[in-house]
Amino acid sequence: MKKLLSIATLTAMVTTLVAGEVMVKGSDTMLNITQRLAEAFSATRPDITVSVAGGGSGVGINAVVNNEVQIGNASRAIKSKEISSARANGVNPVEYAIAVDGLCVITNEKNPVKKLTITQLGDIYRGKVKNWSEVGGPNKPVSLYGRQPNSGTFVFFREMAVKSEYAQSMRQMNGNSQIVEGVKADLGGIGYVGVGYVKDGGISVIELSSDGTNYSSPLDKSAVDAGTYPLARPLFQYTNGKVKGDAKAFIEFEMSPAGQKIVEEEGFFPLNKSLVEKNQGNL
Amino acid sequence: MRLRKVADRGVRGIFMANAVFSAVVLLGILAFLLLYGVRTFSGTSVLKFLSGTVWNPDAYGEPSYGLLPLLLGTLASTAIALIIAIPLGVASAVFISERLKGWVRVTVKTLVELFAGFPSVVLGFFGLVVLAPLIARIFHVPSGLNLLNAGVLLGLMSLPTIISVADDALRVVPHSYREAAYALGATPWTTAIRIVLPAARSGILAAIMLGFGRAVGETMVVLMVAGNAALMPKSLFDPVRTITSTIAIELGESAFGDTHFYSLFALGFVLFLLALATNLVAESLIRREKRSFTL
Amino acid sequence: MDAIGTSSPARKLRRRRFGDNAGFVLLAVPLAVFVLFILYMFFYLFRNGLGVINWQFLTQAPTKGMTEGGIWPCIVGTVLVTFVSLVFSVPVGIFAAIYLSEYAPANFLTRAIRSAIRSLAGIPSIVYGLFGVALFVTGLKFGLSILSSGLTLGLMNLPWIIATAEEAINAIPGSFREGALALGATKWEAIRHNVLPYAFPGILTGVLLAVARTLGETAPILFTGVTYYTRTIPTSLTQKFMALPYHLFTLATQHDQISTVRPIAFGTALVLLVFVLAFDAVAFVIRLRVAGTNKWQV
Repeated sequence: MKKLLSIATLTAMVTTLVAGEVMVKGSDTMLNITQRLAEAFSATRPDITVSVAGGGSGVGINAVVNNEVQIGNASRAIKSKEISSARANGVNPVEYAIAVDGLCVITNEKNPVKKLTITQLGDIYRGKVKNWSEVGGPNKPVSLYGRQPNSGTFVFFREMAVKSEYAQSMRQMNGNSQIVEGVKADLGGIGYVGVGYVKDGGISVIELSSDGTNYSSPLDKSAVDAGTYPLARPLFQYTNGKVKGDAKAFIEFEMSPAGQKIVEEEGFFPLNKSLVEKNQGNL
Repeated sequence: MRLRKVADRGVRGIFMANAVFSAVVLLGILAFLLLYGVRTFSGTSVLKFLSGTVWNPDAYGEPSYGLLPLLLGTLASTAIALIIAIPLGVASAVFISERLKGWVRVTVKTLVELFAGFPSVVLGFFGLVVLAPLIARIFHVPSGLNLLNAGVLLGLMSLPTIISVADDALRVVPHSYREAAYALGATPWTTAIRIVLPAARSGILAAIMLGFGRAVGETMVVLMVAGNAALMPKSLFDPVRTITSTIAIELGESAFGDTHFYSLFALGFVLFLLALATNLVAESLIRREKRSFTL
Repeated sequence: MDAIGTSSPARKLRRRRFGDNAGFVLLAVPLAVFVLFILYMFFYLFRNGLGVINWQFLTQAPTKGMTEGGIWPCIVGTVLVTFVSLVFSVPVGIFAAIYLSEYAPANFLTRAIRSAIRSLAGIPSIVYGLFGVALFVTGLKFGLSILSSGLTLGLMNLPWIIATAEEAINAIPGSFREGALALGATKWEAIRHNVLPYAFPGILTGVLLAVARTLGETAPILFTGVTYYTRTIPTSLTQKFMALPYHLFTLATQHDQISTVRPIAFGTALVLLVFVLAFDAVAFVIRLRVAGTNKWQV
């Protein structure tokens, strides 16, 4: 009897939906910034609980596709394959940009190489360039640091710079900060991380160029804004259909001046005009 | 009176149902792994899965599901673990069982058992902040997140298992064996090494198997310190990716119903088989040792 | 080898004694190194973690992007999932153990059941995670929740509880049961009044050890409900939760200011460790006392 009762209460607890809970999941690059936003949002709307989980952009989009969470974080755009599996589940993904990232290529601060072209960068990560002397540096083997395939950064960087498979020798780290840690300790190391992750010392941020003449840094807001920095990207949140209810309140907060201020404090860049307009269309 | 009999039978039924249920869990796990695992092979062939040298389900081009680099990563890190843990563990067990008595024995065994209970994520954290920089400095390698680091930590993790089980195995050896050896003039050392240790060999072997099982199945430690590059390891300082960490990394991102999703269950099935085989062998070894001492 | 004609028997004996001691000293070295290493790890974690632990750290939620505040929600989450796992595994485990030790006939089926349960204990925890995702999260639609994680952990610690409970019950001499049966008690009455009370400390030890191991597990909860951040303490089993081991994992590998949060990571590691060790220690003490007062083993 007792057992039956406890089973009954269990099922009751399972079936009661929790009011005022917004679940956000996905990109590790966006993990800290979303957590900060959630923390600030809670102060203004204590009735809504926002829970934030990482796992990678693939995880976030997949969680929206499977209707497990209201908001999926992704540091890359949704793939067409993912859209079709969403449709198959009766889910209609809608995209919102909440911040802009200049993906940073980092090396150990003692490495004299401070500039690279996108082609050189690609050769390094394809495993073609194995020694820093081949790109004007010291005679030191290159050791590659990257993310795991569940990461949007992994996909975005491959799309934009590598344009092929990554070299198999690339260490696949659990998060951006582990890459920073690795490169900090490794004189021949190179890695890529979101601009919000380069606050610690011990590393230098490489200036990149797509044409070989104009180099720009992801720390330069105007270069990222104007799109001259080759690895600038919006950070997205996906929802099933146009966002509504508590989730909408949270997304609107993220886009508000207060939200965008937090974005900047975290080291990322606020939304530019065209992204704001695109968001408006989806709200 | 009748009521008491009925109650008695009812209670027996409840207990039996729970025992059967517990055993069925194993079948349930096996069934799920098989059911989902085989669906991998609508996206790739069994041969490619078993002999492929590239694991890259999220490829730029064609995805590939080659088990070998992951299996080798698992086996290589486990091998290093055992190279460390077998001599240390067996030596420690012999010393504990043949030399330590009273409170010293209890203290040492308690300490070893406490270490066995260390959460693996704490050990992984230790590997990250202490062992990795140490390895990088000692061996002048760029990064301490590699096969060696994972192997050393796994070795430490399997040590308590090996020590405890081997100590039990040595203690099961009847005292008459030792007394007979002493009577023939053998020293305690000779007795321990020449008589007791060989007599307990199946139990010791079981200890090693269980240590192997512990290392093969560990996830967090390797996820945190092995470097996770899915390449065929060639040196101690190469990063490796094990079967367990691959599941941990990729389970969340693979869409339900996708070849990638199913392939992780196929990996789980491989792990399951490894663990099951290890356990069954260890169990029969322990049974054999116990039997050999009961006349 | 020993046949050196010139040495006297006394010298030979001395040399043998020396060789004997040297041999054991050689064996003691690895054990000593291992014990020292364990002690060093304790020392290291305490030295680095103790500084951040205070009342606020234990009772507050993380603030300022997890660079300040405490770990209260993680403690609550970890305790909750462990509790859910026990609600499932303790009754099932003890009932199963009673059946196996008291009722099960010595036949093939019993051997198969016992062997299956033993094998379960050796299945890697990440495989339980896979199973949890397939069965609880997607199959039974419990979603990413405390319930899914708790049940996954419950399945994992079930075989440990059965094994120790069975051992504890088996240790009670048959005469205890026979006395009651002779007085006309049914089998269940005999077990309930004359076996279980005496087996209780042993069963409790097993449960406590299972609690300790469950508290520290990360892999099974990774995809069944744990989350990086949630502001409030969960009020329903369908919610996601924060947990100590996962908090440590993310602070150690994913946070954007990894060096700023390192002290918090150490603090989290220490709190987790103390939790685990406390349960282990109580279990060991009970076990020692049981072994010390083995009244009926004369």
